[in-house]
Amino acid sequence: MRKVVELHNLGMTYQSLNGEIKALEKIDLEVYEGEFISIVGPSGCGKSTLLSIISGLLSPTEGKVFVDGEEVKGTSRKIGYMLQKDHLFEWRTIMQNILLGLEIQKAVTPDAIAYTEHLLQTYGLYEFRHKYPSQLSGGMRQRAALIRTLVTKPELLLLDEAFSALDYQTRLAVNEDIYAIIKKEHKTAIMVTHDIAESISMADRVVVLSKRPGTIKKILPIEVNCERRTPLKTREMPEFQSYFQSIWKELDIHV
Amino acid sequence: MSNHFPEMSTHSPEHQAYLRKVRQEKIKVRVTQVLILAAALGLWEICARTQIVDPFITSQPSRIVKTMITLHQEGVLLHHIMVTCLETIVGFTLGTILGTLIAIILWWSEFISKVAEPYLVVLNSLPKIALGPIFIVWIGAGPAAIIVMTLAISLIVTILEVLNGFLSIDQEKIKLVYTFGGTKLQVMTKVLLPASFPTIVNALKINVGLSWVGVIVGEFLVSKAGLGYLIVYGGQVFKLDLVMTSVFILGILAALMYQGVVLFEKWIVKKGN
Repeated sequence: MRKVVELHNLGMTYQSLNGEIKALEKIDLEVYEGEFISIVGPSGCGKSTLLSIISGLLSPTEGKVFVDGEEVKGTSRKIGYMLQKDHLFEWRTIMQNILLGLEIQKAVTPDAIAYTEHLLQTYGLYEFRHKYPSQLSGGMRQRAALIRTLVTKPELLLLDEAFSALDYQTRLAVNEDIYAIIKKEHKTAIMVTHDIAESISMADRVVVLSKRPGTIKKILPIEVNCERRTPLKTREMPEFQSYFQSIWKELDIHV
Repeated sequence: MSNHFPEMSTHSPEHQAYLRKVRQEKIKVRVTQVLILAAALGLWEICARTQIVDPFITSQPSRIVKTMITLHQEGVLLHHIMVTCLETIVGFTLGTILGTLIAIILWWSEFISKVAEPYLVVLNSLPKIALGPIFIVWIGAGPAAIIVMTLAISLIVTILEVLNGFLSIDQEKIKLVYTFGGTKLQVMTKVLLPASFPTIVNALKINVGLSWVGVIVGEFLVSKAGLGYLIVYGGQVFKLDLVMTSVFILGILAALMYQGVVLFEKWIVKKGN
């Protein structure tokens, strides 16, 4: 299997007036093509920092990142990033919002527009393309945000707590939705979340990070015995509870 | 926004009753507003006619109308109005454009913004009218000095207002542009300016008022024409009719210009949709 992401001995230290904060330490990880990786960890363990480093928005203070065999230096078109909220611009229509990435990359070609329309049609947003974000439901907005990321044809998707702004029911539905889209488009994905159940329901492997400085505590492969796996089906499987227990134990959370 | 609430019905009798109530409320407010104005003008006129107050000092509505007609017949009314309007519009436009440009520069460079901060604070708190005599000496007693006076009054406020708008934009929206490999210039054109549109329009609204202040103060100091000039001249020769008439016209013009900005805002929003 082709390696899409390789992290070698990654470390990140933030400087501040009050001293240094070590956010990440000795992170080694390989992600293969088509894989869905979830990263969980206690809050403040550097999960989002890790995504920012992989995306090239931040450079690590130690170690190296390779995406598709090339070292990451600055942002790259191979990577699509999904933020916590959809951040659709309210002054743009859905179509204009979805074309934002292509506009920035100066890649709005007839082909790209055709692909965009194809995605809009496949994922049920075509009739809404001339509407404004405020006219769409939360789930549809999240789908629009994903399509905005997909139209730039990234090989790797980074999801940074991408569903945490949604209410619980919508969130379950959007998990289902986004999972199906990512699998259908054969994308590799890394998702950061603080929701253990969500991490298990979507991932092929769950990476558990320790408290700050974040290190990899455990990598847990999720094997679910069912045909056509979906997040909701995974949540219903008997294995789900034991995965939940073992991640919970690893996280070692005390209040 | 037609299908925002598709489940909404507009036909029930309760809804019709509700609409009627809203309409009646609106009419009541309007009628009261007009009545207050009419009562104030009427009382003023009666008091002046019955010599309860001295119309030489307070003027009176009928005299204001008469003064307006006289000024018009002398052929100077429009000239004075045009001079003042032109100065205001030039000062207002320059203040908004320059203020926005400077705000962009300050947003762009954290260094420049840090350096400029104490100067902005001092300039913002300084009563700009104190600079009037300096402008007259430097620029000469003419419309240019008046426009600079207007700029002095509106510029700093515009800068601070617009910069505040820039800084209150969600950082994640900016991050979004960077995740697509965007540049700082693209952050500016794709996020900063469109997202700040409401702030900039707000600055426009504040600027309308400030520009009138600047122009009238400027005309008090130097001018040979304009409504500010008429007010000062009228005060000096004790023609309160002239003063009141100019103030009255000024009020109407300022309100019209404010409405102009409101219409401009609506037009842009409509065009955007």
